[in-house]
Formats: sequence, structure tokens, C-alpha cells
Amino acid sequence: MSVDLNALKAPGPTITALTQPFWDAVAQGRLKIQHCEDCGTAVFYPRPICPHCWGKRLVWKEASGQGQLKSFSQIHKPGHPAWLPAAPYVVGLVELAEGPTMLSFILPGERPPRVGDALQLAPTAIGGRVLPAFKSVETATEETPT
Amino acid sequence: MSRAKGAIVGIGELKPQRLTSGVTTLEMIAEVSRLAVFDAGLEPGAIDGLLVGPQVGETPQHVPATIAEYLGLAPTMANVVDLGGASGAGMVWRAAAAIEAGMCETVLCVLANNREEAAPRSPNRNPIREFDVPFGASGANISYALLMQAHMAEHGSTAKDFALIAAAARANGQLNPDAIFYGKPADVEAVLASPIIASPLHLYEIVMPVAGGEAVVVTSAERVRSLRKPTVHLLGAGEKVTHRAVSQAPSLTSGPLKSAMARALAQSGTRADEMDLLSLYDCYTIMVATTIEDAGLCAPGQFGAWLRDHDLTHNGDKPLNTHGGQLGFGQPDLAGGMTHVVEAVRQLRGEAGERQIGKAALALVTGNGATMSEATALVLGAA
Repeated sequence: MSVDLNALKAPGPTITALTQPFWDAVAQGRLKIQHCEDCGTAVFYPRPICPHCWGKRLVWKEASGQGQLKSFSQIHKPGHPAWLPAAPYVVGLVELAEGPTMLSFILPGERPPRVGDALQLAPTAIGGRVLPAFKSVETATEETPT
Repeated sequence: MSRAKGAIVGIGELKPQRLTSGVTTLEMIAEVSRLAVFDAGLEPGAIDGLLVGPQVGETPQHVPATIAEYLGLAPTMANVVDLGGASGAGMVWRAAAAIEAGMCETVLCVLANNREEAAPRSPNRNPIREFDVPFGASGANISYALLMQAHMAEHGSTAKDFALIAAAARANGQLNPDAIFYGKPADVEAVLASPIIASPLHLYEIVMPVAGGEAVVVTSAERVRSLRKPTVHLLGAGEKVTHRAVSQAPSLTSGPLKSAMARALAQSGTRADEMDLLSLYDCYTIMVATTIEDAGLCAPGQFGAWLRDHDLTHNGDKPLNTHGGQLGFGQPDLAGGMTHVVEAVRQLRGEAGERQIGKAALALVTGNGATMSEATALVLGAA
């Protein structure tokens, strides 16, 4: 995959007032998720009530950006034509250290991904916006710090 | 005629607003549901039935699953009521009927609408559209590929194990002249040679979309005696809805069919290994694999060995999807799931012709929606 991801004419997120804080943080390269002050659970995706206890005291907290790969797929035939130039590319299910799982884009690494890989947030410009992509920690540590 | 039963124990209402600004219907459903359930003095977990309207602006399909996931519910009965202004009243007796039928005990009936000055041009603003699609994850293929990869990683199942399911469906389809792949068998090697669409999923492990239609007529046990065809009884039913997006699935290697099948089998007083026909929903090979394991026909992770131990043809010891399944027959959109009901009735009536199974007293039928999200199981029996 050598395509310029940022040049893809891919659909972006459908942001609402409720989800705006998540995307504002992402635009700054950070990951913020909701936490329920009633039951103490981390919540993703954003909601007006906690899906565990239906409490309304949800506060935004910075997430560690660490996670683990629960599953992945290398996409050869994308479901949306805008992604064709990027194929094959990898999407994965990332279990965040805080608990919830999110789907994300997995950046190419030194070796093919494996279920169980430790992942780190890697904000990436895709389709003209920054998205919270992830990369394997193994790859990250092999890179020269800048 | 016996009367409808049931009692209303909680209410919720939002203050009317001429216009909303940047608020989704899903958010409003969450707010008003919370009011009703807390008014009843219940915990969210007490809700095991969900009736919703069709006008959830953000999401044209899988509406109950989307709402269940949003609210963190896992109902054992979920449905859309689409009766215009009669939907609210229509929900109430349907809730009572579902409770009477033993499908659930406490039903949330909820309707809400936002009213935006400039309505978004795309109606699709649900969580999948916002949090999955931007990463290049559109469509069911990717979701089922993720489920398949997780099964392989957890249990060591192989591409060949999964290919056995597609090959068996194609083989059974050779006895169904109506099947889209009639005259086009595909063995395990052919399945494995078909292109990878989304790893580890091969093209032949995915249903072929087709046009079509299926229908059944259901009547009372009393009325049935005056009718001419051999009777097929509904002996048990179970349902469960746990999520919409694959990222929100409680498990990647076991689905809501596990609970739905257990309930259907318990209602009917039967066991999965007693079935004369397994009519199992097969949008993808991984769906059949997980269903075999969730039915308890084998231990988790052992579907491949189970498939090798059994003959899945109409002459075999475990006839499975004798019409070819959707993998062999084709998937006429939502009617695809109904093919499993129609074939079961055909077999239980003894009307399956060249592919008629020997003993035909009991059939297990499963239905599955979204990404192993929406599950219904039926046990059908010949009179």
C-alpha cells in the first residue's frame, strides 16, 4: 500500500453535537472517550446515556491510546469504491486499554498483523481528515524517534 | 376468543420542541427510554423486549439492533412496528402477545423523532456510518471476515475447515434445480482457489445476491385440522439481539443464536442432536460454523472435525441445508432467511422429492441478521 491515504475521496464521519468532542480531540491527534461517573465504565462510541447503567453523568477523558488487536481483515475488495486505490489495506478491531472496542485502520507494519498484537494510537490523515488509526507497538519501537 | 393480557408499568415523555439542533433520533430514544424504565422503577437489564418505530432517521435498516446496541440492551424479542399513527397502540398489544408467547417478560415500546431545520441529505448517520465507514470498513463482508479471523485465532480453525461448509452447500444445491448454483458444484479446492475478498474470506464463502421471494402462512392449531396439506407445527421459538456493529459484539466466536436456539429447544422439549434437518442460516461459512458450535452439536472450535464426522446430504446422518443453503441457492435479500423455513416445511411434509430426507419429524431453523447480531431460532415438527 503506497497510496496517499489523505487523497482518498472516502466518506468521513457524520459528526453530531454529541460526538463533536471525540472528533475535536482526534483532529489534535488525541483520543478522548466517555466515562460514566455512576458505574465507572468507559464508553465507546459516544452516547447521551451510559449503555451499562443508563446514568447521565458521562465525562470525557483522555484515553491511553493503547489497545490490543482482537481481529483484523486485509481488504482486497472494499465495500466503498473510494477505497479501491488503497486496497489491499487492513482494518481491525481494537480493544482499548480502557475496555471498549473500536474498529480502526491498522497501519502497515514490519510484518502482517496477528490477533493479540499490542497497538498504539497513530493519528493518520485519511480522506482529508485525521482519523484515530492504530499501529503495532512492535513497529513503533523500531522507528527512530523524531 | 381469549383477551390480550399485559400491564403498562412505566411511561416516559420528552417536552415537545418545534425544532431540534444537531440531535439524533437515537439520542432522543435513549432519553425517553430512560424516563420510562426508571419511572417503572426497573433497571435497564430488566428490559428483554424491544418494539420500535421505523422512522429512526439515522438508520434505514436493522433498526431494533441499532437501538438495542445504543441502549446496551440484549432483548429476546425485537421488532419494528410500522403502522403510522397506530404504531404506539399497536406496540402495546404486540408487547403483551410476545409476553404471553413466552418470548420475553418486559417490553420497551419507544417512538421518537428529531426535527432538524436542515435535515441531513444522507439519512445514514448511525454509529456504524460515523465510526466504522471512515476507516474503509463498509459492508458485511468485512464484518464476517473479522469474525472468521477471530475464530481462527482463538481455535486454530483453518481455511479448509470453512471451505467444507461452502462445498457442502454447493453439493446439496445440485439436487435443487432452482438453486442459482445448480449445475455448478464447487469442491473444497475450488472454494480455496476463489479470490480472497477480505481475508480470510473467499468469494465462494459469500452468498450470491439474487432476486427472489418466499412466503409462508401461519394459522391456529384449531384451524389447521380443516386444511389439506400435511401440518408442520411450531414447537419452539427463541430470539436474541445483542448489537449491530461487529465492534460492539459481546463475543466474536459465539453469537446470540446460542441463547435463541437454547430457548427454542427448551420450549419444544427437544435437543439439537435430535434434529432430522438442520436448516441453518448461512450468509457466510463462518455463520454456519458458529451456529453448529452454539447449538452444542460440538465443542467450541470443533466444527471442522464435526463436519468431517458427518454426512450433510439428504441421505446423510446430519442433513444440513438440503436446498443448498443460501450459499448454494442464492440470497434473495431478506427472503434468503425464509428459504430455511420453506425448505424445512417441504422436508417435514415429505415433499422434497429427489432430496427428501428419510426420517423427517424435527427441524431446527435459524435466522441471523446484521453481523451475527440479530438471531431467531425455530423448532418445527411434522404432525
